[in-house]
Amino acid sequence: MKYLDEFSNPELARKLLDQIHAATTQPWAMMEVCGGQTHSIIRHGIDQLLPEGVEMIHGPGCPVCVTPLEIIDKALAIAERPEVIFCSFGDMLRVPGSQKDLFTIKSRGGDVRVVYSPLDALKLARENPDREVVFFGIGFETTAPANAMTVYQAKRLNVPNFTLLVSHVLVPPAIAAIMESPTCRVQAFLAAGHVCSVMGTAEYPPLTEKYQVPIVVTGFEPLDILEGIRRTVVQLETGRHELENAYPRAVRAEGNPAAMEMLRDVFDVTDRSWRGIGMIPGSGWKLSERYADFDAEQRFQVTDIHTDESPICRSGEVLQGLIKPHECAAFGKECTPRNPLGATMVSSEGACAAYYTYRRLELVDAR
Amino acid sequence: MCLAVPGRVLSITEADQTLMAEVDFGGVHKQVCLQYIPDVRVDEYVMVHVGFAIQRLDEQSALETLANFEKLGILEEEFGDGFALAAKQAGQTQAGGSR
Amino acid sequence: MTSNDLDFEGWVCPAPLRDTPAIVMGHGGGGAMSGELIEQLFLPAFGSAARADLGDSALVTVDGARLAFSTDSFVVKPMFFPGGSIGDLAVNGTVNDLAMVGATPLFLSTAFILAEGTELADIGRVATAIGKAAEAAGVQLVTGDTKVVDSGSGDGVYVNTAGIGVVPAGVDINPTRATVGDAVLVSGDIGVHGIAVMSCREGLEFGTTVVSDTAPLHGLVADMLATGADVHVLRDPTRGGVSATLNEIARASRVGIELVENDLPIPETVRDACGLLGLDPLQVANEGKLLAIVPADRAEEVLDVMRRHPLGQGARQIGTCVPDHPRMVVARTGLGGTRVVDLPIGEQLPRIC
Repeated sequence: MKYLDEFSNPELARKLLDQIHAATTQPWAMMEVCGGQTHSIIRHGIDQLLPEGVEMIHGPGCPVCVTPLEIIDKALAIAERPEVIFCSFGDMLRVPGSQKDLFTIKSRGGDVRVVYSPLDALKLARENPDREVVFFGIGFETTAPANAMTVYQAKRLNVPNFTLLVSHVLVPPAIAAIMESPTCRVQAFLAAGHVCSVMGTAEYPPLTEKYQVPIVVTGFEPLDILEGIRRTVVQLETGRHELENAYPRAVRAEGNPAAMEMLRDVFDVTDRSWRGIGMIPGSGWKLSERYADFDAEQRFQVTDIHTDESPICRSGEVLQGLIKPHECAAFGKECTPRNPLGATMVSSEGACAAYYTYRRLELVDAR
Repeated sequence: MCLAVPGRVLSITEADQTLMAEVDFGGVHKQVCLQYIPDVRVDEYVMVHVGFAIQRLDEQSALETLANFEKLGILEEEFGDGFALAAKQAGQTQAGGSR
Repeated sequence: MTSNDLDFEGWVCPAPLRDTPAIVMGHGGGGAMSGELIEQLFLPAFGSAARADLGDSALVTVDGARLAFSTDSFVVKPMFFPGGSIGDLAVNGTVNDLAMVGATPLFLSTAFILAEGTELADIGRVATAIGKAAEAAGVQLVTGDTKVVDSGSGDGVYVNTAGIGVVPAGVDINPTRATVGDAVLVSGDIGVHGIAVMSCREGLEFGTTVVSDTAPLHGLVADMLATGADVHVLRDPTRGGVSATLNEIARASRVGIELVENDLPIPETVRDACGLLGLDPLQVANEGKLLAIVPADRAEEVLDVMRRHPLGQGARQIGTCVPDHPRMVVARTGLGGTRVVDLPIGEQLPRIC
């Protein structure tokens, strides 16, 4: 794929790594916010190639992982209803709720369908006027515009049997929450590139100032990640704490104004509980009043939800970067991708799943 | 979050008053919603996430970035303090550099 | 006795449901759950009557003749996809199971389960495809059966084929024979079939030039065996892709396998489709392709012969059997790092992250 494959070039990766090594004189701990970045780092072995003291702390940027348990249980309750066609991104299907997951619902006869885009769910709604079509709208700011446009279209085209179950989460409040934590070890952030493609970079300079941390907007291919790390190390070594854009081909300071306008219309900021982390004020989006008719939570009034997390799951600590996956006693034993106790072991970009899938070798040897 | 991939706009149409495009991802074609980048033209590149173009891909910038990576280390080698650099790298290697 | 269902109608459940009393989609995935179903339900139930071989086909000896015997069921949806149909898969699937133990396939049975309401024209197309595929493979369709079920039990056509072939003397190919030092070879491009089928799947449709690579492989296998090389293992990496197959072999043989990512023949179109959907090409199903594990000193010779066959033109070495990390498959990444290539739990799901 053009403008993608070139950013995996091994010779250029070597150059970037050499630069990182040359620049590093002391240990540094930086957090890559986005789960997609975590996945890329572990999958390509980038963490193995960095200087010994440079540590990547894996952040909570995995929307699958942080979707509140209560919302998952609501999704499951809705999906079980015979009149419902429940549509979701593939990532969500295996996430464990209190008792089961969407796959279980499917195997018991629930109509659960994987779609690539929320527009596919809207299409299904128009094609099946006698069914209730619900789309599970999770994600960070990157995915929100797609969900927003879909519900906007549903309203404009008058598709009454379509609703959205919304659970959007926002990056800047998460960064603030992490820095506010007393056990925080993070000294810099690689900001999520595609979130910034939508939202621009304006929200980050106040964070660099308040917490005195460099924030470097970073992409996802190996060279992009290495460049993000390189610029971060240089800032740390020279005592700076600025916002930098290391992904200029896809990120502009102003973001995408059309998308941001739609987001303002469709969503309102809300407090959101992040699974494994807890309540972060103003860290989520919910449907605005104008779109209340398309809110699945209101349409289906699912009320008797009693959430039940596994007591030994330490997803939250992993998501906050306090422990590495293999430091959890259940890792690889009671908890595996086949038998996940928490969302971080299920999602393809959850740190636990990434470590289990790609790093089992060293971790097994180390133990 | 955010598997967004770059693709080239092949054709632009309107469906239900919504701007859509046929986008080429190196041989794979998919219908993509263009409402968020309404002024995009055929042959331009866009970043696509879950069926939506969320931002332009700046080709010039992409090429510049790659060119910058190529140039890394060259200026230092030519003009930098070669001994200092070598000593530092030797120190790095002993401290546990690249594996 | 592998289950070769290619069901893309529902994404297969990979969650661990050992405690549920019912079958879930994951049991048909060909991965870990399918294995459990076989080992923990069917085999114990069959008791002493069961003699379960590990390979794709069973080898039986009758009056001194060594026969290979295999069966497979096909439930793929959509029935027709770029490059083929359920009919092609039904013939080639069983032909290849026989070929993977070195047998010359001779006779097939075809049993149909037809859902009430299925268009006769569609059934006709599938049957024609079966006839053509059998002819191309040089096998005879000698017996069969047809049943009709009411439309509530599913839709379209389910096909089962069973096949018999003869194994030449001296040929001993089975998944326990991979040995440290052996070369791991692939006959051509990977990820092709899965992407071809996925491209017409509801909700994912995308335009692509990728067409299924379904094909009968026994001719290629015969050429490989004619070199006299002691081929240790042959497997066609169908459901679960190269990853599932190599993991099974690594476990059966108790060796480690090391792949070199840069050596994997992944066509750009497959890579791009995988990039779009967030899939790992190593876990995407293949059809007319095989993996061969051969002694290192015969690898070049076998590759030469493969490349001269129409179905082996893209053949190359992709890895080696190593003493390290036994039972695990590890890949050296493009950047020089390493990563474990894991056994897929169930069908891969397209992802947004």
